[in-house]
Amino acid sequence: MINKLMATPAQAVADIFDGATVMIGGFGESGSPIELIHALIDQGAKNLTVINNNTGSGHVGLAALIENGQVGKMICSFPRTANSTVFPDLYRAGKIELELVPQGTLAERIRAGGAGIPAFYTATSVGTPLADGKKHEIFDGREHVQELGLKADFALIKSLQADRLGNLRYNKTARNFAPIMAMAANYTIVQTQEYVEAGAIDPEIVVTPGIFVDRIVTVKQPAQESKLVAAGVSYP
Amino acid sequence: MSSPVTNSKPTDSKHEQKQTFGWSREQMAQKAAQDIPDGAYVNLGIGIPEKVARYVPKGREVIYHTENGLLGMGPTPDDDDIDFELINAGKKPVSAIAGAAYFHHADSFAMIRGKHIDICVLGAMQVSQKGDLANWSTGAVDAIPAVGGAMDLVAGVKTIFVITQHTTKQGDAKLLENCSYPLTGQGVVSRIYTDLAVIKVTQRGFEIVELAPGVDFDYVQQRTACELIRP
Repeated sequence: MINKLMATPAQAVADIFDGATVMIGGFGESGSPIELIHALIDQGAKNLTVINNNTGSGHVGLAALIENGQVGKMICSFPRTANSTVFPDLYRAGKIELELVPQGTLAERIRAGGAGIPAFYTATSVGTPLADGKKHEIFDGREHVQELGLKADFALIKSLQADRLGNLRYNKTARNFAPIMAMAANYTIVQTQEYVEAGAIDPEIVVTPGIFVDRIVTVKQPAQESKLVAAGVSYP
Repeated sequence: MSSPVTNSKPTDSKHEQKQTFGWSREQMAQKAAQDIPDGAYVNLGIGIPEKVARYVPKGREVIYHTENGLLGMGPTPDDDDIDFELINAGKKPVSAIAGAAYFHHADSFAMIRGKHIDICVLGAMQVSQKGDLANWSTGAVDAIPAVGGAMDLVAGVKTIFVITQHTTKQGDAKLLENCSYPLTGQGVVSRIYTDLAVIKVTQRGFEIVELAPGVDFDYVQQRTACELIRP
């Protein structure tokens, strides 16, 4: 019988290895799987390439993972946000690599990676420094740049509801990158607020089908990143 | 001065006091709002563009898209109704209107890239007379580069409006023959709403559509680093 349920976040992230590429869901704190990230800090895997829209804030969650020296490279669209100092300081010191990607191109690269599409063309970034060195081609009289699909060894995401087979639903704009990251990773690890039996989610409203989900851990009341940041909390 | 219908919220009184002539930030937002038609799907950038929603004339139904996965964005909620998983692209709490829809990031940018969004209103560091926009980086060596969704929006949305002060705080022109900062997109801007004028980007360059009260053509020309076309 299929059983994707893990007892703890620690168990769910135990095999993330040094040098792995890890997609982490979230747009700022919305949708950020903070308990899984903290478990990854405890676990200690190093030299990770992390794909996320941002770089975290304060000294918890993704910012704490970076601060703990576990991330060698970030692939993101907007690495500086309110209360974000960890990444900017390391970047200025030359201690972390950055691949800056326009947000829609980032999303489509992840979607393409998960859909088995190695590359695609987009008009986004044509004529800007972010198109430098990329293959250009004209379609319908307009110049486009070639972008490559992105895949990952692991994805860490958060859901509102997960059933035994891994079907997922999300909460409002916390959905953001999670469904496409779930498709693009070899192992997708979900922290869910609610774990339900198969059949409890109407198939018509499943957002991520269970085939894209490998491990589920229940975190009934996830921490709210902005509250931790406001309280000056540092992890660990 | 025209007096557009204002839906809500008083103007920024502190800024109003400093303003001696020309349009205030609120009035720039009002000017742009007049040009958003009934039924438009609109994406508003962070800063002054966010104010535009307040001034869309009554009777026009406009649907707001936010690229982090919501179509049908509503106003800032009361404190009791704030949900930190319901935010806009500026990561501020918002609400969802009746009839709103949530979707993931690839679908959200398919709406943008696939030319389904009608109008995007953005801020600018520089705009060239060819409609090139620079609004993400000054190219400074020690700056942390951050682009977000701006390049996707300008490449994909049907019509791009820019709201910006006419010059920098130091008095440097922001409307130029060619941008000196790294571009966000090439030939993408349609109209510019500054504190001094509303300007249309045409094949011949910047054409003045309307001057702010108390501002004459020469005054605007002196603060613009390329030739303007008279209305």
